[in-house]
Amino acid sequence: MKKIEAIIRPEKLEDVKAALDEGGHFAMTVTNVHGRGAQRGISLQFRGRKVNVDLIPKVKVEMVVEDDEVAEITQIIRRVAVTGEAGDGKIFIIPIEMSIPVRDKA
Amino acid sequence: MAISSGDTAFIIICTAMVMLMTPAVGLFYGGMVRRKNIISMVGLAFVAFAVVSIQWVVFGYSLAFGPDIGGFIGGLDHFMLAGVGLDGDGIPDILFMVFQLVFAALTLAIITSGVAERVKLSSFIVFGLLWTTLVYDPLAHWAWGGGWASQLGALDFAGGTVVHISSGFGALALCLVLGVRKGFGKYGMEPYNVPITLLGAALLWFGWFGFNAGSELAADGIAANAFVVTNTAAAAGALAWMIASWIRGKPATLGIVSGAIAGLVAITPAAGFVDVKASIVIGALAGLVCYSALLWRQKKGIDESLDAWAVHGVGGLFGALATGIFATAVIGGVDGLIYGNVNQFLIQLLDAVAAMVYAFVVTYILAKVVDKVMGLRVDEKEEYVGLDISQHGETVEA
Repeated sequence: MKKIEAIIRPEKLEDVKAALDEGGHFAMTVTNVHGRGAQRGISLQFRGRKVNVDLIPKVKVEMVVEDDEVAEITQIIRRVAVTGEAGDGKIFIIPIEMSIPVRDKA
Repeated sequence: MAISSGDTAFIIICTAMVMLMTPAVGLFYGGMVRRKNIISMVGLAFVAFAVVSIQWVVFGYSLAFGPDIGGFIGGLDHFMLAGVGLDGDGIPDILFMVFQLVFAALTLAIITSGVAERVKLSSFIVFGLLWTTLVYDPLAHWAWGGGWASQLGALDFAGGTVVHISSGFGALALCLVLGVRKGFGKYGMEPYNVPITLLGAALLWFGWFGFNAGSELAADGIAANAFVVTNTAAAAGALAWMIASWIRGKPATLGIVSGAIAGLVAITPAAGFVDVKASIVIGALAGLVCYSALLWRQKKGIDESLDAWAVHGVGGLFGALATGIFATAVIGGVDGLIYGNVNQFLIQLLDAVAAMVYAFVVTYILAKVVDKVMGLRVDEKEEYVGLDISQHGETVEA
């Protein structure tokens, strides 16, 4: 089992969800986050003065899936969430030891 | 002439109530934009209020209410409020001046709908100064300052043409010049904070009593009538929009309060001329007409998404015509179409169309000029980050 942790643009969330739905991947946890990448946020120019917007709002989508689903899901996210600009986000794949539904009889 | 202390007290209170409508419009719009632009949206309303407050006392009041020049505009005789004193007919002249000021400021705040989430603050200030001078002031003169529309006998009790048609069609022209927000139609731009919008609507409904009842400029029976028909039309508009949207899906609170405002807009020109029976019809029809206008706008992909055009523009147009239909001599001394006075209806039609065309064309030209000279729109990066940070250096983000 793996956890896919995708940091994407907030405005792409709806499209990503729809595309994952189409592929039959429904379970996910979504969190509003702020962050920065190698560009250190977005810098705005004001009459020569630079103003840096340090942390940009993003959305984190977390999905715990079987190993053989990882490639397909990451492909879907990359296809839909991309704009080609800096700040499109990143996807991390993390090994998962176990997944236990709360509802199961203990 | 004698000053009436009762009238004066009443109009001072009404002026304060109408002042509150300007930040209320800011809150109403602010809740509908995305999280990164809410401060900017409320801020634009305050900026509009401050800019017009100064313009009005310096020369705006004079252009609107100075001695008539060719039926089009007032002279500069009242520059810096020359001759606007503490006495007057019923209420002090200076009180009439400031009562009119809060109307002018509110109108510029309504037009910010057309620039939401993409306007450069500095350009808006320049545009706003030009707009209130070249669009609002002439229209106010036409209707109330002795201009051609008042000479013709057009009825506009509290500003259907002056405030609502002008700002509604102005907003449409502005947004056509500016273009759509980046990503409009491609991904969702859901309202970030509906309760803030509801708060704005509540304050608007409250302020509107001062707006319409106060337009009688006296504490009398007509003022009381205006108050009652204002509330009735608002309620009818809210229910009509609610039912219409319920048939199509869920009745969003956003639609319910938009319907209330549609009713308030439509009754504005009619408030001193129609009875309560008519106000139910006017309000309900306004709700349906404005809702249809909104659906049409969405279908056409026009990004005037806070709907000043659909609610204020179309509602104002409908209200001006409704005044010519439902006016009754029993209330305001003039009969409308249903009481056999075809002439009044034709005058209303001419007045409304003239205001609509003038506001749209002049706004379009002004927006183009400001855009060419200093750029009306923020650059793409600033728009992406949001106007709160890029224009004001503030944010509600964590």
